[in-house]
Amino acid sequence: MAISTMIGAKIHRREDPRLVRGSGRYVDDLSLTNCAYLQVVRSPFAHARITHIDSDAARRAAGVLAVYTAQDFVEVISGAMPVAPAFVAEKKTVPDRRPIAAEETSYQGEPVAVVVAATRYQAADAAQLVSVDYEPLPAVMDLEAAIQEGSPKAHLDLPDNLAWDLTYADDTQRSFSEAEVVVKQRILQQRLVPMAMEPRVIMAEWRQADGNMTLWLSSQNPHFIRLFVGGALGIPESRFRVISPDVGGGFGSKISPYPEDYLVPAAARLLGQPVKWTETRTENIQATTHGRGQVFDVELAGRRDGTMLGMRVTQYLDCGAYVGTFGAFQACACLLPGQGYKFQQIASRTVGVLTNRVPTDPYRGAGRPESTHLCERMVDIFAAEIGVDPVEVRRKNFIQPDEFPYTNNFGLTYDSGNYEGTLNRALELAGYERFRQEQEAARKEGRLLGIGVSTWIEICGFGPSAATAPATGGLALTESSHVRVFPTGSVSVYTGTHSHGQGHETTFAQLVADTLGVPYDSIDIHHGDTAEGPAFGYGTYGSRSLAVGGMSILKAAQKVREKARKIAAHMLEAADEDVIFDQGHFAVKGSPDKRKTFAEVAFAAYGMGLPEDMELGLEAVAYFDPPNFVWPFGAHICAVEVDPATGSVELLKYVAVDDCGTVINPMIVEGQLHGGIAQGIAQALFEEVVYDSEGTLKTGTLLDYSLPTIAEMPKLTLDSTVTPSPTNELGVKGIGEAGTIASSAAVINAICDALSPLGLKHIDMPASPDRLWQQITERQGKGVSSGDGATQPPAPATSGELATGAAGGSTAAEPQHGGTSEAPLPGSEGEGGGLWGTGGEAPPPHEAGPQLGNNQEGNS
Amino acid sequence: MKHRIAVTVNGKEREAEVEPRLLLVHFLRDNLGLTGTHIGCDTSQCGACTIHLDGKAVKSCTLFAVQAQGHELKTIEGLAAPDGELHPIQQAFWDEHGLQCGYCTPGFIMAAAYLLDQNPSPSEDDIKKGLEGNLCRCTGYVNIIKAVQTASRTMSGAAQAQPAASGA
Ligand code: FES
Ligand code: FES
Repeated sequence: MAISTMIGAKIHRREDPRLVRGSGRYVDDLSLTNCAYLQVVRSPFAHARITHIDSDAARRAAGVLAVYTAQDFVEVISGAMPVAPAFVAEKKTVPDRRPIAAEETSYQGEPVAVVVAATRYQAADAAQLVSVDYEPLPAVMDLEAAIQEGSPKAHLDLPDNLAWDLTYADDTQRSFSEAEVVVKQRILQQRLVPMAMEPRVIMAEWRQADGNMTLWLSSQNPHFIRLFVGGALGIPESRFRVISPDVGGGFGSKISPYPEDYLVPAAARLLGQPVKWTETRTENIQATTHGRGQVFDVELAGRRDGTMLGMRVTQYLDCGAYVGTFGAFQACACLLPGQGYKFQQIASRTVGVLTNRVPTDPYRGAGRPESTHLCERMVDIFAAEIGVDPVEVRRKNFIQPDEFPYTNNFGLTYDSGNYEGTLNRALELAGYERFRQEQEAARKEGRLLGIGVSTWIEICGFGPSAATAPATGGLALTESSHVRVFPTGSVSVYTGTHSHGQGHETTFAQLVADTLGVPYDSIDIHHGDTAEGPAFGYGTYGSRSLAVGGMSILKAAQKVREKARKIAAHMLEAADEDVIFDQGHFAVKGSPDKRKTFAEVAFAAYGMGLPEDMELGLEAVAYFDPPNFVWPFGAHICAVEVDPATGSVELLKYVAVDDCGTVINPMIVEGQLHGGIAQGIAQALFEEVVYDSEGTLKTGTLLDYSLPTIAEMPKLTLDSTVTPSPTNELGVKGIGEAGTIASSAAVINAICDALSPLGLKHIDMPASPDRLWQQITERQGKGVSSGDGATQPPAPATSGELATGAAGGSTAAEPQHGGTSEAPLPGSEGEGGGLWGTGGEAPPPHEAGPQLGNNQEGNS
Repeated sequence: MKHRIAVTVNGKEREAEVEPRLLLVHFLRDNLGLTGTHIGCDTSQCGACTIHLDGKAVKSCTLFAVQAQGHELKTIEGLAAPDGELHPIQQAFWDEHGLQCGYCTPGFIMAAAYLLDQNPSPSEDDIKKGLEGNLCRCTGYVNIIKAVQTASRTMSGAAQAQPAASGA
């Protein structure tokens, strides 16, 4: 490779000039002549039978072009929406999901009809006039009840609510019998809304005359959408073009196909004119997939000297009403519960449960934040139980740098790492020892200071075909690229990944500039249009774009360079092997003045006089199938102070030291970490989807769902180490999900550490002020009294609090899936027993409330 | 029934017949094609739609187009200099990596412009208070704060360009 000049450089993003000017092109910014607008009529019930739909009034309303219900789509949309087998290939039959409900609705927000009108406003008006008669059915909301015999079913025709029940490994005999200590804990992963700031938007144009469909949509992987939707509409890929232009964030929620992805093009076809649909935020929160939604029962066995021996993990995953296309990928939490530690044995089992909620699907990290959170919580609970500093327990059990490649308990092979290295650096930056002293002093004054460590590893860079083709149902998650060099030497690169904030246009151009030795500015990166580039692209998710997509670009660029070298040799009348590539020139070994520039060679490639056996042109396609996943890692440390009077948490310090192998653009890597950490902190402290026992969403707008604002974010101290991956030539790993994977455990460990003098061993997320205040008051023996004005919490205490007093340690409550316990369980219905251990009001994120309000004038 | 409105948008007079209920943000986007102003919510929480009305930051989804009658509006498209040179806040968002997907960015930049107009040298707390009505899901806000600080420095540097230059 040429001497690196661009790789590793902080290059400002070339995406930004258009975006800061407001010249980005998101789907809703595009329009077509004669475009109609579609509005979806959605079920207000979590579970109901549709007895009658009367759309006459809607049809007669101003501007209305059509009202369609399920039967109108029977002829145009065939088959059920796809469900990837993911890591649960032994899945039982799962309910078929159709884009629109015909007789039965199974989550609040499921489409039951669509109205198409000339304007947005007319479509919205007319949708109000569609009158649907429902016969409400019992909603399945409680995971534990759902898997009991005799439970109502999430769909009338289901035999049971079990989507899958799969044991990956079950032998922990030896490790648990050797153990001196066993700690147990139930750990919740509340449902979250991915909340990309740009909601989903779709515009479809059908050209009847030649049978061509073009779909513009806000997507992380347009090729998959073409595959799925084209298949259902019976349009071959050659005539189905999907364009995903500028996209305002995805976070996993724009991977899978959605009902509207089928309904909008189908409506355009039925109507014979272009149709557009723009999701509102309220629809986004209600009907776009949620993330997480899991309960883990975990046991960890170890010795008093801090050695961890074995673990048992059961994951209960709330699939929602259907299994999301990639929903079962979240079961990967069960393949990594041991994280970066050496365990003799780990047993794990995943259980997918169908409920009457919107389906869950990947959300930044998808299974990996869950595994880090559960493992890092258990390590701390274990450390507390044996009275050893949690840092020491980690050090004692880490896989050591000379033990890589390391094969974990589930046969997955970690590529490279230095886990203790990142931890040591993080401890130094956080001033761990000093903080411990300050903490001790503060405790004497009754102040609640805590520090939490989260060391994380992840599996990413999906992925090797051997592992992913079975998981997707046939298509390997490789990646493709096409590098085209034009006669005057400028370069276009087409990649099958998709950028929606990650800055690929910049990073990939850096990579190509170094590989071809041509100026950065002469390279353009294209993505997001299935009509361009190779036949299939695999999109962006699972921190795969650089490790797989970048590698395919490298391979294509290397093919181009190799051909160019041969042409240069011919031009220089030298033997192939005597010509070397050096920073954008081809020169004859030993005669450096005999040289050709890359541009000269490019021009020659389209002219005459090429070697006899060579085709014209200078371009290449490459597919890259990585030999393994990649395994980034790091250590995050958070320090907090909890206010005993209000339960609010102040983040005093946040340190992250991460290792994603070789870095192409450090500025972009840091940006990814900032955003990821923010999302993990938000899960730890603020965000939570709450449904009531009837399946009605109670956190249905940004007023009730607490997204953090600029005021809630702490300062972050970042650093990195570099341990290249041996899996690919670039040595790169992935960083898109790292921050989210690591951060929730760091925050919760810090809070539990702060409250440990009160005997608290575990708290579930979000650790909202009311929840913490309740813990503190109960433990201080004051009880929760509404008359106690001085310590009145900012919001009512939640009901359905899970495992409130259930400490870790051998005294912890038994895992409660036996069904005999009356203890409050996830989904137990209190007044509004939302699934994940809360009900009632959505708690505000901190003492002063979410402050999502309008700070500007003119808002009212 | 439609109403005739006349507004000045980015220095240009615009007239239109609009429904009384048409939101200002839809008027800007759909009628005038100024799609740099985005819509991120339906409850006035996200600030993606922030523009200036008579020099003050407003969320354009909270106003009807008819309420803008006779007023002067500025959108993100009107912020750069007429020759295309980026406004110092736009430049600072670029320089400090203050955006990722860019969806929230026009709203943040317009809100920041108003903030710096009111308070040219805001503290970090002032910035947090001033931008609390805007949501970003990508950046964790870290570099947005930096961008506003950088813009504040360049703008006050530009204001006293001469003495600063001679002093340096
Ligand atoms: S669109 Fe105006 S505040 Fe969200
Ligand atoms: S940059 Fe994506 S929402 Fe702010």
